[in-house]
Amino acid sequence: MNFSGLYTLFYKEILRFAKVALQTVLAPVVTALLYLLVFSHVLEEHVEVYDNISYTAFLIPGLMMMSIIQNAFANSSSSLIQSKITGNIIFVLLTPLSYLEFYLAFLFASIVRALVVGIGIFLVAMGFVELPVHNALYLFLFAFLSSAVLGSIGIIAGIWSERFDHLAGFQNFIIMPLSFLSGVFYSIHSLPPFWQLLSKFNPFFYMIDGFRYGFFGVSDINPLYSLAVVFVAWTLLAVLTLNMLRVGYKLRN
Amino acid sequence: MLPAIEIENVHKHFGSLHALKGVSLTIEQGEFFGLLGPNGAGKSTLINILAGLTRMDSGAVTVMGHDVVKDYRQSRYSLGVVPQELVFDPFFSVRELLEIQAGYFGQRKTSGKWIDRLLEGLKLTDKASSNMRSLSGGMKRRVLIAQALVHKPQVVILDEPTAGVDVELRSSLWEFIQMLHQEGHTIVLTTHYLEEAEMLCDRIGIINQGEMIALDSKEALLAKGVGQLRTLRITLANHIEALPDLVKSKLQHASANVLEIRLDRHNDSIVAMMDALRDAGGEVVDIAIEESDLEDVFIELTRQAT
Ligand SMILES: Nc1ncnc2c1ncn2[C@@H]1O[C@H](COP(=O)(O)OP(=O)(O)OP(=O)(O)O)[C@@H](O)[C@H]1O
Ligand SMILES: [Mg+2]
Repeated sequence: MNFSGLYTLFYKEILRFAKVALQTVLAPVVTALLYLLVFSHVLEEHVEVYDNISYTAFLIPGLMMMSIIQNAFANSSSSLIQSKITGNIIFVLLTPLSYLEFYLAFLFASIVRALVVGIGIFLVAMGFVELPVHNALYLFLFAFLSSAVLGSIGIIAGIWSERFDHLAGFQNFIIMPLSFLSGVFYSIHSLPPFWQLLSKFNPFFYMIDGFRYGFFGVSDINPLYSLAVVFVAWTLLAVLTLNMLRVGYKLRN
Repeated sequence: MLPAIEIENVHKHFGSLHALKGVSLTIEQGEFFGLLGPNGAGKSTLINILAGLTRMDSGAVTVMGHDVVKDYRQSRYSLGVVPQELVFDPFFSVRELLEIQAGYFGQRKTSGKWIDRLLEGLKLTDKASSNMRSLSGGMKRRVLIAQALVHKPQVVILDEPTAGVDVELRSSLWEFIQMLHQEGHTIVLTTHYLEEAEMLCDRIGIINQGEMIALDSKEALLAKGVGQLRTLRITLANHIEALPDLVKSKLQHASANVLEIRLDRHNDSIVAMMDALRDAGGEVVDIAIEESDLEDVFIELTRQAT
């Protein structure tokens, strides 16, 4: 392993989003906050999903996970498409970095960005409502694995896309709908049976449900099962991404 | 001694385009090699294969004895590439960029002094903390060169380093590249300025439509074919209706009172031409002799091949 090279690429990817933190960290926190203000104001009095948990409290883990999902994806995918389009990706491809090191650097940078945004939302949300922490390990595992899943999808999307609008399509037609329809704003038990069934095919549902368990100790699905789903999803995606990188798909034509 | 670069029968297709048609080439350590060819000939494609940026369809390539596919780590440590396009990362300053590039090669901590030297050698010291976006084209080109050298590779490939570079900078780049060569680096240069290749390179390969059509020392190339010819340009005071046969047979171009005559260095006599013209009633006011240069050889070879 070229650890020092891996670290450099990771560090460069961190710098890349840190230098524009207003857009990459602060903006998603503000967006989540807006959702929180609007939905909790409108629905607080009317909805109680779990006993003794206010709707505002219920909403926060979902919003955190939604932002984790979107930012993990955005980090790796936008970095790759930008370096591909400007052409500076060659400076990485010319180096002795292996495909595994390449993957890990982009992956961990995505995870860091997602966790920073998640924590940011958590800190701001604390100003609104006291959140219990039932199981911190679950919180960490779900946040980490979910951002690993989305970081990998972002790498795949970044490699596959040839133009910004390809990537925008990926974002608008896959990531956004799946993250909105995964139980951020509701429990799937409140859905008709058909939609409940459909939700169970949405991997993002398990991320949010398991993450919520970490706070409240209640969930729609056994959190261990959710954890397994997310872990398997990551494993499959990692294998796919590593293979794309190994053969140089669209990167070393 | 191990060759610096060994390319064996490399083929590359882009869809239906056969971009490289079995190119073979060996470059020894310490050579200053010129890779020439018209636009679209396949020079950059060959360089990209050497650098691992493009995968070849078949063939074998080594850099300092390391296979560019199987031993890619070692081969990439040995190779520095200055790309043809002016690409850069707009997020970083010049120094940050160089430190990052060194870091990819595991040399982030140890590169400080060397980066200072590179910046100085390329006259970039006062731009070290400027963002890449704020640099002029020529400055960006020099940063690309520094980036290629930051891990101290033995073999340096420069893909048209002087394209779009002003006269002064061009000669300072030549000096810099020659210094690298004197320090023992193997240099491969592509350029469309033939005088540049003629001045700098010891050995030259000409590639055309994916095929190596000439590969020889500069002297040998110049001594062959059109290299043996020179152009005699004669300006007459008067117009001659019927040119003597001797002149006619060698006439390349005639306009008003100027005749351009192609002469073989060994077999044709300038004096005989002049005499024949005088006998025909011509009054010579001026003569000029132009030796063939690499450009003539290049044009001749690439024209034959198409
Ligand atoms: N990624 C690619 N996809 C499709 N065709 C390509 C690709 N890269 C190069 N080509 C084609 O391969 C041929 C060789 O291109 P290459 O860039 O190697 O030429 P070159 O000799 O470097 O030319 P120039 O002097 O203009 O830089 C050209 O016909 C080019 O269009
Ligand atoms: Mg080229």
